[in-house]
Amino acid sequence: MPNTQQLQDLTTQVRRDILRMVHKVNSGHPGGSLGCAEFFVALYQDIMDRKDTFDMDGKDEDLFFLSNGHISPVFYSVLARSGYFLVDELNTFRLINSRLQGHPTTHEGLPGIRIASGSLGQGFSVALGAAQTKKLNGDTHLVYSLHGDGELQEGQNWEGIMYAAANNMDNIISTIDLNGQQIDGSTDDVLPMGSIRGKFEAFGWTVLDIENGNDIDAVLEGMAKAKSLTGQGKPVCVLLHTVMGNGVDFMMHTHAWHGKAPNDEQLAHGLAQNPETLGDY
Amino acid sequence: MKTYENQGNKDTRSGFGAGLTELGKTNESVVALCADLIGSLKMDEFKANHPERFFQVGIAEANMIGLAAGMTIGGKIPFTGTFANFSTGRVYDQIRQSIAYSDKNVKICASHAGLTLGEDGATHQILEDIGLMKMLPGMTVINTCDYNQTKAATIAIAKHQGPVYLRFGRPKVANFTPVDQTFEIGKALKLTEGTDVTIVATGHLVWEALEAAKSLNEKGISAEVINIHTIKPLDDKTIIDSVIKTGCIVTAEEHNILGGLGESVARVLSLHRPAPQEFVATQDTFGESGTPAQLMEKYGLNANAIINASEKVIKRK
Repeated sequence: MPNTQQLQDLTTQVRRDILRMVHKVNSGHPGGSLGCAEFFVALYQDIMDRKDTFDMDGKDEDLFFLSNGHISPVFYSVLARSGYFLVDELNTFRLINSRLQGHPTTHEGLPGIRIASGSLGQGFSVALGAAQTKKLNGDTHLVYSLHGDGELQEGQNWEGIMYAAANNMDNIISTIDLNGQQIDGSTDDVLPMGSIRGKFEAFGWTVLDIENGNDIDAVLEGMAKAKSLTGQGKPVCVLLHTVMGNGVDFMMHTHAWHGKAPNDEQLAHGLAQNPETLGDY
Repeated sequence: MKTYENQGNKDTRSGFGAGLTELGKTNESVVALCADLIGSLKMDEFKANHPERFFQVGIAEANMIGLAAGMTIGGKIPFTGTFANFSTGRVYDQIRQSIAYSDKNVKICASHAGLTLGEDGATHQILEDIGLMKMLPGMTVINTCDYNQTKAATIAIAKHQGPVYLRFGRPKVANFTPVDQTFEIGKALKLTEGTDVTIVATGHLVWEALEAAKSLNEKGISAEVINIHTIKPLDDKTIIDSVIKTGCIVTAEEHNILGGLGESVARVLSLHRPAPQEFVATQDTFGESGTPAQLMEKYGLNANAIINASEKVIKRK
């Protein structure tokens, strides 16, 4: 298991990857990607019990589903740096004929991806379906999923959230990226959602907070706690408090960089704050 | 002219239920999901036999589609069941992204398609579902004609790798295809040999086409009736070969003229063998309340309509 310093180094490198990928094609979603870097690194390097090779069925290993597919840069970077494909392929992000589509897809056969996502609100249902099959197969491994907070405005989520508790889906850990931002502004400005914790609890989930979702130790500790709460008859929800754009000062605490690429000067500024650790692709 | 005997009226949805029951016994990977319409979809027996493989999702069709997509991961073959309207239009984006684009092996089974749903009216009578589903890349689209064929198709699609839309209906209609048939996806069935006009029909209109062919035969018109149970992939060759012989074609379906079987056939003909075509279909309209027979008469979807279309298209040759 990598130590904290190694995980932090990887997180810094992932941030460089995100900035460089988005800058190269002048498109993509850096804000949410940067905010979730620690979560993805913790999940793939420590939390999940996963096989070295990829197959779609994913039997006898933990599975992960990304519902808010627009943060594909962080997903691709961590998948590549976890060995699913060569890091050089990050060069092809959003280019024609690439397996690294703007939003993740199984359609191009990219290892590590089990469902297309991008049209929001579908991830709960899919992850719950996979968790249901694990139960049918007698497979005790877990299913993890990640969702944006703004994404919770989609109604399908709540169909899935209701189903999960009704069916005692206690082999799933669904994480909400609580960065409080969406395209048009803060979630409170666009459509105030009230207490997300209260909603999940009312729907029968066990809920826990990770107050600093951009601290690798806090994420590791919180997700380990979440794991310990599985198998008790209730689905588990993690409220991951993050800062959109984390690690790049001018991108932080604003929705402005939700779906906007940095220019050359901004890229240099962002990279200077995240010095190369494991080697650029 | 070859004739077919009605073995007794039965509903196609019961054919689906019987097929699912058999699959439950023969294929451990098959799981079934339903959105609060178990009785209407005839899924009771599967549920009773295999409660652990049956999932009641409540009135939540979007979640049902997503669950089904996820359940394929790990090797299950999910069959979803609800009305055609709620199986397609209500959940189009879920099917598009989580099933079709994600190449998931889900069987979307849709009852109460078209006008023959009857008295519930237009909110429930979808006439656009074939179009919606055939436009999705990779989606197989099947509309079966009677009980026996629906049962055979239900069993067959479990062996097909990839998403399938299986469309059937509510009313009891003639059951005339062989009880022990093997269902081959994409293979059109020529029911009668003819030389004057080709009639290509799908779903409940196949029996009507046979009735029409009988009447036409009495008038000295020789009709070749083809049962197109699979609208996608379409059996181009059977259609083209028939039109080469007859020189004209009538398409018949319980669906909107826009986006249905007729347009698929027109595409094939315009590419390979242009010929006059008449469309027996609804004319870009919603349905309404009424008995199935009244509605099929009012909207021109019965044997009489097929006879009239045949006589008209022959004159256009």
